[in-house]
Amino acid sequence: MAEPFLIGDAMTGGYGGADILHDCTIAVEKGQIAVIVGPNGAGKSTAMKAVFGMLKLRMGAVRLEGEDITALTPQARVAKGMGFVPQTSNIFPSMTVEENLEMGAFIRRDDIAATMEQVYTLFPILRDKRGQAAGELSGGQRQQVAVGRALMTQPKVLMLDEPTAGVSPIVMDELFDRIIEIARTGISILMVEQNARQALEIADKGYVLVQGANRYTDTGQALLADPDVRKSFLGG
Amino acid sequence: MEFLNALVSLSNFMLIPALAYGSQLALGALGITLIYSILRFAHFAHGDTMALGTAAVIGGTFALQGAGVSIAPLPTALLAVPIGVVAMVLYLLAADRLVYRYYRRVRAKPMIFVMASLGVMFVTNGITRLFMGVGETRFEDGARFVFSVRDFRAFTGLSEGLALRNAQAITIVTALIVMVALFWFLNRTRAGKSMRAYSDNEDLALLSGINPERVVTITWVITGILLVLAGTLYGLDKGFRAFNYFQLLLPMFAAAILGGLGNPLGAIVGAYVVAFAEMGVTFAWRRVASYLLPDGFEPSGMVQLLPVDYKFAVTFMILVIVLLFRPTGIFKGKVL
Repeated sequence: MAEPFLIGDAMTGGYGGADILHDCTIAVEKGQIAVIVGPNGAGKSTAMKAVFGMLKLRMGAVRLEGEDITALTPQARVAKGMGFVPQTSNIFPSMTVEENLEMGAFIRRDDIAATMEQVYTLFPILRDKRGQAAGELSGGQRQQVAVGRALMTQPKVLMLDEPTAGVSPIVMDELFDRIIEIARTGISILMVEQNARQALEIADKGYVLVQGANRYTDTGQALLADPDVRKSFLGG
Repeated sequence: MEFLNALVSLSNFMLIPALAYGSQLALGALGITLIYSILRFAHFAHGDTMALGTAAVIGGTFALQGAGVSIAPLPTALLAVPIGVVAMVLYLLAADRLVYRYYRRVRAKPMIFVMASLGVMFVTNGITRLFMGVGETRFEDGARFVFSVRDFRAFTGLSEGLALRNAQAITIVTALIVMVALFWFLNRTRAGKSMRAYSDNEDLALLSGINPERVVTITWVITGILLVLAGTLYGLDKGFRAFNYFQLLLPMFAAAILGGLGNPLGAIVGAYVVAFAEMGVTFAWRRVASYLLPDGFEPSGMVQLLPVDYKFAVTFMILVIVLLFRPTGIFKGKVL
């Protein structure tokens, strides 16, 4: 089998002290959506952070396009084409929407106007609010700013930590639609989600984590159809 | 005519001096607020670093005077400001490398930074006294007045006079230019925006590829410029004495906190509020009142709420009131 576009392979590690991840593998193919679900405290966000280099791995490796990036800092991974949207404090609240996007593209030295135009096309509301401080926006709009900021580096992989946390169901559907649109442009998406059912519906690949280890791994549809997964994790 | 005389008297003895003093405080408070928002600690060494910077400018001034350089009617000290700026930026960066950077690396609590800056303050204070002594040094030269009381009286025919000293005019104009330049830098340039981003959300700034050490360096450079300008303008206006600069720490912090820590606009507004409050409360209103009140109602006393010696008490009151009732300051800054 060919190597996936991005893979956190057999990752074991924690924040110092006891391990949180145990031989956990997360991967995503080019232009596909991979979703990590699981109960509270299963290590979903930790697995994501490990892939992004915010957690020291004791064993295992992270590879992007076949290149071992395990030793790289998160900032270096951004330069390699990985974008990360943290769950909380993912915007610059006192800066305008446009400045938030500019800061997202800080490492780029070329013209960012075209990328900004793409973000505004993807999230039209941000164009209307471009001069407004991002901290004054609604929860859903802030998430759009956060995703837009991460897109400004023109990443090959976009990692989202619970993008729909704390937004209304309507906004959540809207955000998922946008995420599918992003994936269609060839950007791989790796995301952690609390709303497991909706997330698996749009997922090409789903990972169910329990206690820091892979429990079920399959396509999103297959996991939704699996009676064990439904019973244990999707509420029947 | 009575009203005009009152206004002129008030301007001469209170409004113009307060405006100049407020401008000097504003430049200092801007530095404090910038350091607070980027390095996240209260920079106690601010007043004494200002004194050392001014000492460097004075040294430069004397050297230039000795070489016969003059830009009269402007004071020679303005020419020496770049010397002071370079010296202080190097000094601040050295202090950062030797002291603060270590605490940043171990992610020390803000209080530890404050204590470290207290140490830097004592060292800086000692160095200043080594060079300048504890007495007063005057280094103002060039023309003394833009216009004097006599010029003003002759021009307007009013019985009250108004003088605008060179140092005051230079202070107000310089402060205005520096403030505009600072806001332009923070809002329009890439480096300035990266500073605001870092202040807003350190972790996200890091994720966006903003180099924190670079942001910190830029902050010290700007602080150095602001410090030396504030100190030089204050010294030109009131003479240089190291202890007075240490004492400026209180009104500068009061200004920054009153305006909202971390908010540059707040620091400026806060500085003028503090300056006008200090001057207003310790000002003898008798003369102004005697023009405004009808005949026979002239006050017999000085109508001075507090003696000038107590001007810092006014600042302290402002500080206490702000911390009690609105700790975020006028413009909703961060809480100390």
